[in-house]
Amino acid sequence: MKPKLVVIGNGMAGMRAVEELLERAPDAYDITVFGAEPNVNYNRIMLSPLLAGEKSFADIIINDLSWYADNHITLHLGEKIEAIDCAGKKVVTAGGAKLPYDRLLIATGSDPFILPIPGAGLPGVVTFRDRGDVEQMLEASRRHKRAVVIGGGLLGLEAANGLLANGMQVTVLHLMPNLMERQLDEAAGYLLQRELEVRGMEIITRANSREIYGADKAEGVLLDDGRRIDADLVVMAVGIKPNIALAKAAGLTCERGVVVDDHMVTSDPSILAVGECVQHRGAVYGLVAPLFDMAKVVAAQLADDAAAAYEGSVTNTRLKVTGIDLFSAGDFSEGEGCEDIILRDASRGVYKRLVLKDNRIRGAVLYGDTGDGGWYFQMLRDGVDVSGMRDSLIFGQAFAGGGRENPKSAVAALADSAEICGCNGVCKGRIVTAISEHGLTSVDEVRAKTKASASCGSCTGLVEQLLQITLGDGYLGGPAVKSVCKCTDLSHDEIRRLILVRELKTIPAVMQELQWKSADGCATCRPALNYYLLCEWPGEYCDDYQSRFINERAHANIQKDGTYSVVPRMWGGLTNARELRAIADVVEKFAIPTVKVTGGQRLDLLGVQKDQLPEVWKDLNAAGLVSGHAYGKALRTVKTCVGSEWCRFGTQASMGMGVEIEKMTWGSWTPHKVKMAVSGCPRNCAEATIKDFGVVAVDSGWELHVGGNGGIKVRATDLLCKVETAEEVLEYCGAFMQLYRQEAHYLERTAPWLERVGLDHIREKIVEDKENRARLHARFLHSQKFVQKDPWAERASEGVHAHEYRQLEMA
Amino acid sequence: MAEWIETGKVTDIPRLGARTVQAGGLRIAIFRTANDEIFALEDRCPHKDGPLSQGIVHGRSVTCPLHNQVFHLDSGQGADPDDGCARSIAVRVTDGRVFLAPAPQQQAAE
Repeated sequence: MKPKLVVIGNGMAGMRAVEELLERAPDAYDITVFGAEPNVNYNRIMLSPLLAGEKSFADIIINDLSWYADNHITLHLGEKIEAIDCAGKKVVTAGGAKLPYDRLLIATGSDPFILPIPGAGLPGVVTFRDRGDVEQMLEASRRHKRAVVIGGGLLGLEAANGLLANGMQVTVLHLMPNLMERQLDEAAGYLLQRELEVRGMEIITRANSREIYGADKAEGVLLDDGRRIDADLVVMAVGIKPNIALAKAAGLTCERGVVVDDHMVTSDPSILAVGECVQHRGAVYGLVAPLFDMAKVVAAQLADDAAAAYEGSVTNTRLKVTGIDLFSAGDFSEGEGCEDIILRDASRGVYKRLVLKDNRIRGAVLYGDTGDGGWYFQMLRDGVDVSGMRDSLIFGQAFAGGGRENPKSAVAALADSAEICGCNGVCKGRIVTAISEHGLTSVDEVRAKTKASASCGSCTGLVEQLLQITLGDGYLGGPAVKSVCKCTDLSHDEIRRLILVRELKTIPAVMQELQWKSADGCATCRPALNYYLLCEWPGEYCDDYQSRFINERAHANIQKDGTYSVVPRMWGGLTNARELRAIADVVEKFAIPTVKVTGGQRLDLLGVQKDQLPEVWKDLNAAGLVSGHAYGKALRTVKTCVGSEWCRFGTQASMGMGVEIEKMTWGSWTPHKVKMAVSGCPRNCAEATIKDFGVVAVDSGWELHVGGNGGIKVRATDLLCKVETAEEVLEYCGAFMQLYRQEAHYLERTAPWLERVGLDHIREKIVEDKENRARLHARFLHSQKFVQKDPWAERASEGVHAHEYRQLEMA
Repeated sequence: MAEWIETGKVTDIPRLGARTVQAGGLRIAIFRTANDEIFALEDRCPHKDGPLSQGIVHGRSVTCPLHNQVFHLDSGQGADPDDGCARSIAVRVTDGRVFLAPAPQQQAAE
């Protein structure tokens, strides 16, 4: 029988140790894992992007349930260990069950430190430690406006940034005079504070919190100096303390943490400990890199490599706030024999400081340009004598390494032992070997095999360069995020996020704040920005008509000869004698050369001169016909079959449903055109399964299908779900429209969007999360209030943009 | 010598937009940039005759609405990699009024 290994703690440190063990000695133990949280093992350092909405929970899962099953690990989720019986070599669960072990690994992590002040226990006071905390914060951000974050360290600022991204007003209270004082010096702290304040964060330093006030929930924080800061949510992010209760009660030697020797063994030789709960050579760690160093030693020890030893870690830090580049490593406090090399470029917002002692780097703080952080860190760890390159050291590797090379050759020049991924402690040699040995061709594969860039992701660029160097032309490039156009380096997603976070509400504001490289953009970025602003700030943003493609400016489709085509709306593809008569009259009156029935069940009047458009529309309006938006990145048509009203096979009233959907969605602007259809039975005569949103009636209700396309690349829809009532069809439809509007890139149809984000993501947001669905739907209806106005009538009768349809005259 | 003919005010043309004017058989597009500079080109893309006046104006360039070719407003020259050249029309602004001087042979073509 295999010896039994019990692991207390299902977090990053414990599971990394298990992963390392499985790699070294796959069948050595019978492994049982206890986790107090109800979740599978996820990447705790990615809680910040989760809060900021940049990642979903699925994105940050490290090992899903199948991993445990595949490796024959018995997992007890949400089950606490109450006691360790060292003498009897057993653990006791909260339920009273006793489980024997041969080796025990304590990986209980740490608990957030709660300030012992009055009111700390009130509802509305949360910490920032696990998924549950993030969910509480997100929930609060939906219902409330004001948040206070106590603590201006790494964790506090990431929490504050995330809350800001969720639309809250955020005040950060920090006890010390400058932010992140453990990682930053005064100058970098100042630059960081200024940048965060520009983004709308209020920061109070030297703020000593005395009390959290509020009757039955937190209503604000009272400072020592008498100031009161009102808040609906108070986040305590003042630090962590190792969770040693269990170890202590079992009689293991504990000080600040569970004391371990260099072999990661506690005072009981059968029991090891790893992670934030550990105290090693007097130090406790709260960053991820040391945990992984420890995990390697733990695994080696468990695999009977008695010589393996942990010798402590030198750590470095990056702030995970999009748009702020900040790196810190080592010690930069002033001491005897320390020398500073400083570079300041105020207008570029760059600050670099290296602290040297005996010609070796002792500490580094980089702000604004952190590209050389890894290089400095490597020299710091290796204790490299830098006297030969002192004069150019601060300018970075490109200069000090001789010759200003491209970044690729800088990476090529790195030693095999150079650390690429700081989070997971993966060096260059290991990545290159993995690429060649396993034939890896993408960043994702490198991640899966080596863990490099699998945590915070800031080394993704370096990993890509290693792929390029190793594979040469064989590297086809990964899904590197593409910039929108030549006017900016930012991607669609980054721009959308920054528009929201920085509350940018005009195109000039976006271009100014996000440092556009051209004066007023180009025909690619301007329409995209106009759409993103319109989508983000309904009713508030003033549409920039000159940033629209001519069809949306003229509200008609330009043809190859410069004439236009006119498509009146026919709700659900239905029409009547009055409308048809008006169309016939217009065709004759204006001598319109071609009338064509479209694929979306409308009539297209082709060859109209531009200056005639307002008069054509006026006559159509008189018969009740309005714009069909056939010219827009907008809801185009809802196609229907006759359904149960006439058809002997019809199961539901598809025409009526089509009209209702079209009445709800018409006029909305979308990333690209949107076509819908409703079929009255599974024979699907309306071809709903190649539409962006297709509804197919069945006897018991309605099937909802999404992401279809009948264009260049035919794609059949995916089934989103089945619903029973007409109200549900409308709600799901509105929610889907809004999700697409919020998430797709400009000019991305639903089909490629769906393939990019995955059907599961859409199901999660719309089907599984009832509240989110209701919110999306409400947001869609809110946006619709501002756009459901016939643009033809505005131009035919109200003189909007009259100059568009009139030539100038020669005097 | 072509004669200068008044065709309206600068403010008749939307910023980052264009208006057209008919000069005999020639349709001219008059563009206004973000900085209120005025340029005039024949309203015909050298690629497939698209009406340049209907394009999106950015910097001192316009993107043709039919196939997205980009042209410099001052010269009519296609911006790299688009070749071809739209005909440039002399234009001047006095006291906020726009004057054009279409070449005489084009007027004679009518």
